[in-house]
Amino acid sequence: MAKVNPAFIEKLKTSEEFNATACMNCGVCSAVCPMEIELLPRKLFRYALLGLEDKVLEHTDTIYQCLLCKMCEANCTADVHIAENVRSLRTYISKEVYKL
Amino acid sequence: MPLPTGPVIGIMMDNLRKRKSVFPISRRKAIKWSKDLEIPEGGETVLYTGSMYQLLPYMLAAVNRMGKMEDSFLGKFVGMGRFFNKMINVSSIMFRPKRADHKRFRKIIRDIARLLQQAGVEFGYLYKKELYAGALAFDMGADATFAAHAKRVHEMLKEQGVRSLITIDPHTTNVLRSVYPTIIDDFDIEVKSYLEVLAARDTLRPVNGVEGSITVHDSCVYARYEDVIDEPRMLLQRAGYTVKEPKDNRTLTHCCGGPIESLFPSMAHQIGEKRVQQLKDANGSKVATMCPICMATLQNAAGDALEIDDISAFLVQAFCEEEQKPQEG
Repeated sequence: MAKVNPAFIEKLKTSEEFNATACMNCGVCSAVCPMEIELLPRKLFRYALLGLEDKVLEHTDTIYQCLLCKMCEANCTADVHIAENVRSLRTYISKEVYKL
Repeated sequence: MPLPTGPVIGIMMDNLRKRKSVFPISRRKAIKWSKDLEIPEGGETVLYTGSMYQLLPYMLAAVNRMGKMEDSFLGKFVGMGRFFNKMINVSSIMFRPKRADHKRFRKIIRDIARLLQQAGVEFGYLYKKELYAGALAFDMGADATFAAHAKRVHEMLKEQGVRSLITIDPHTTNVLRSVYPTIIDDFDIEVKSYLEVLAARDTLRPVNGVEGSITVHDSCVYARYEDVIDEPRMLLQRAGYTVKEPKDNRTLTHCCGGPIESLFPSMAHQIGEKRVQQLKDANGSKVATMCPICMATLQNAAGDALEIDDISAFLVQAFCEEEQKPQEG
């Protein structure tokens, strides 16, 4: 059973660049990812927008496997700031989970 | 099994907070590249290495050690390592860089400085006062640690009266030029890569004949974050080389895998191998990189199959006379 945390998305918005809502779920990002990370960023952003904190944290390793190379952004038709959005997830984990 | 990300990132961030660098590096070693170049200390325009090239020998030693720990029971003890690293500098004991690595990365910085001198660019260097810019902390999302360090770097630059920075790697260029202004209100220091400075000046003329082709590997950060794309090609062509392009190039360049090397060494190596195949398919034996992380990762993945070197090594062959005194190791 997934647990919804309505405050989760607000905590993720550490930067004005954060715009996960712009994602149209088209899948181009997954198709061009050099890491072939199928999960990132579409499903991950959806989990975040729905407040599914546990589902996001289940994928902590995947979040840190992102190269931040912006190949996905260069191909994104919806101008989603994918790298910064992923970095925002890392910021959340660094602060709330790793207590850095 | 991957290493636990939390403790590994924690060790690097603890080092940045306590020791001003993600990996321990003595300032004496960090400035050794500048010996006998007679670069003035300080000034309004300074060459800012950000210690990236100097840090690479330590990163390579760490990756080598952590790669061995990835599938070993020792990986479970990384958390304990972080605990002790707060009190004693464990990372300096665990990660012993190779002397040869120190030497080759020092040569790159030296070549870059010589190219700037040859082009008539006036610049100083902050020597022991220079600090790492904090790129890894930003990428890891350790925003509080990064912000505190950025403030420290900015205060140091202000105290030294610096108005313009000439950077030498994409990661330092990116954080100083595009990230610092978003978190420091009065950050008004101009930041340019040495590639941009040299390309804009057009004062370098070949003093040695060079020939052959060079395949360009664009750094993701230069190409997609900082729009440094034409400059390296322009400089290689002015030097006398023919520029070759791999399948993924310019704004659609393929990552080398290096950014995740400290956390996931095996996966990083797989990405590097994919890129090396593209570089081989470009049908040139020589490859120019412009980032120390790209260079090390691709060299590791390519083995002896390609001659991969920093772009400065190819440029210095054409634009500078050979150094009379061999640099001591």
